[in-house]
Amino acid sequence: MTTPQPSPDSVQLTADGQLRHFLTLDGLSRELLTDILDTADSFIEVGERAIKKVPLLRGRTVVNLFFESSTRTRSTFELAAKRLSADVLNLDISTSATSKGESLSDTLLNLEAMASDMFVVRHAQSGAPHFIAASVTPGVAIINAGDGRHAHPTQAMLDMLTIRQHKGRFEGLKVAIVGDILHSRVARSQICALNTLGVEEVRVIAPGTLLPSDAEHLGCTVEYDMEKGMRDLDVVIMLRLQKERMQGALLPSEQEFYRLYGLDRSKLALAKPDCIVMHPGPINRGVEIESAVADGPRSVILNQVTNGIAVRMAVMSMAMGGQVTERVSRLGEGQP
Amino acid sequence: MTALLDMDELLDTLEQGVRNMLEIRGVDNPAIIGIRTGGVWLADLLGKRLGMTEPRGELDISFYRDDFSRIGLNPRVRPSSLPFETEGRDILLIDDVIMSGRTIRAAMNEIFDYGRPASIMLATLIDLGARELPVQPDVTGKALSLKADQRVKLKGPDPLHLELREASQP
Repeated sequence: MTTPQPSPDSVQLTADGQLRHFLTLDGLSRELLTDILDTADSFIEVGERAIKKVPLLRGRTVVNLFFESSTRTRSTFELAAKRLSADVLNLDISTSATSKGESLSDTLLNLEAMASDMFVVRHAQSGAPHFIAASVTPGVAIINAGDGRHAHPTQAMLDMLTIRQHKGRFEGLKVAIVGDILHSRVARSQICALNTLGVEEVRVIAPGTLLPSDAEHLGCTVEYDMEKGMRDLDVVIMLRLQKERMQGALLPSEQEFYRLYGLDRSKLALAKPDCIVMHPGPINRGVEIESAVADGPRSVILNQVTNGIAVRMAVMSMAMGGQVTERVSRLGEGQP
Repeated sequence: MTALLDMDELLDTLEQGVRNMLEIRGVDNPAIIGIRTGGVWLADLLGKRLGMTEPRGELDISFYRDDFSRIGLNPRVRPSSLPFETEGRDILLIDDVIMSGRTIRAAMNEIFDYGRPASIMLATLIDLGARELPVQPDVTGKALSLKADQRVKLKGPDPLHLELREASQP
């Protein structure tokens, strides 16, 4: 399967290099990713206050446009927008007008007519957020909340924030991503972010049937044997076994997968003693991770959820900021 | 021009002004908050001079600025930190320079999101006038009037000194 990639730089960055959409991590600089993490750090502090709200997006309207179901991502985007003081509209498209035959373009035109300022888009089709960003009215920011097998950039950035919080750095780290790499937009975005931020090694650990054919070109080392792959790890990221995306017999059985690639205490013991355990959720206990590990002292899975709100606040306010400064310079150029 | 301003003298004036104000208001244990960056350096110094033992707070008002719709988000925003309860406290808010008054408005909005203080007093090292909002400092080290294109900025933290520059310069 090929993934459409219409030159992300020009679409998602303003002329002076600020975010105006957030579609993919491909092509974004280490400086910009670090800015996102630093800004998110400041939003974490906001989340600890009596009043967990800042006025940055006051009076603006954010539409959560989810063409695919989601609980965690949608609710943390909603909370993020509300903590930025935006008005939020949640549209679950699978139960709305598109099921009555309205086209994506018509749905968007109608939402733009409601004076929306930002669309947070999740879509089963790779490239859908790019398509929307390329056709939307100037001034409206598009945030990718996961598209097909292509990218899930806010998930990857909240993972980077979690790693930085626990390790304090990226240099010298060995990070493994384990499980269903083939179907995972999260893995693609994580590999890109980890390489941009300069970790020592990104390792993917999976059976051959769950690896994309171009795995070695993604900028990572490939390991089929998990027990070998766990050695010297600072961070292990488990992926959910995406049963709903599984077509055909890629695996002998869930039990077999758990025995070979499930993270249990004995496999975790092979990594560095301070290795942290991450998972984007929702977790399948006993399928890719043992309960005792998911709930154990080295698990940072719930920190990831908290960080998700802060990272989404950072990305939304930075993209909106890019849109408004671009608008100001457009107006300025229009003057004699 | 900056050479005409003796920093020790300015700090003495500011400290004395703050002592007088606290006495008049009957406040003996204010919580000190500095506005980043210059205000935080001054808060450290004043806290020492006043013999405060409680750690001072620091505010980064980037999330509360009123010009987001013109200039977007400050990319160098850092977390604010108020290591004490503000609810019911007397707050001594400190900044290096006051001009339009917009920074102070933003800072007060932010402080209230931590809890409702009993009072807020404002001390600034320099008052440049040119106010755009009805916000006045209770104590200043010195009032200055500059030409329209001039700006003054506190540099530091060691040693603290004032730098005068033309607004057109970066």
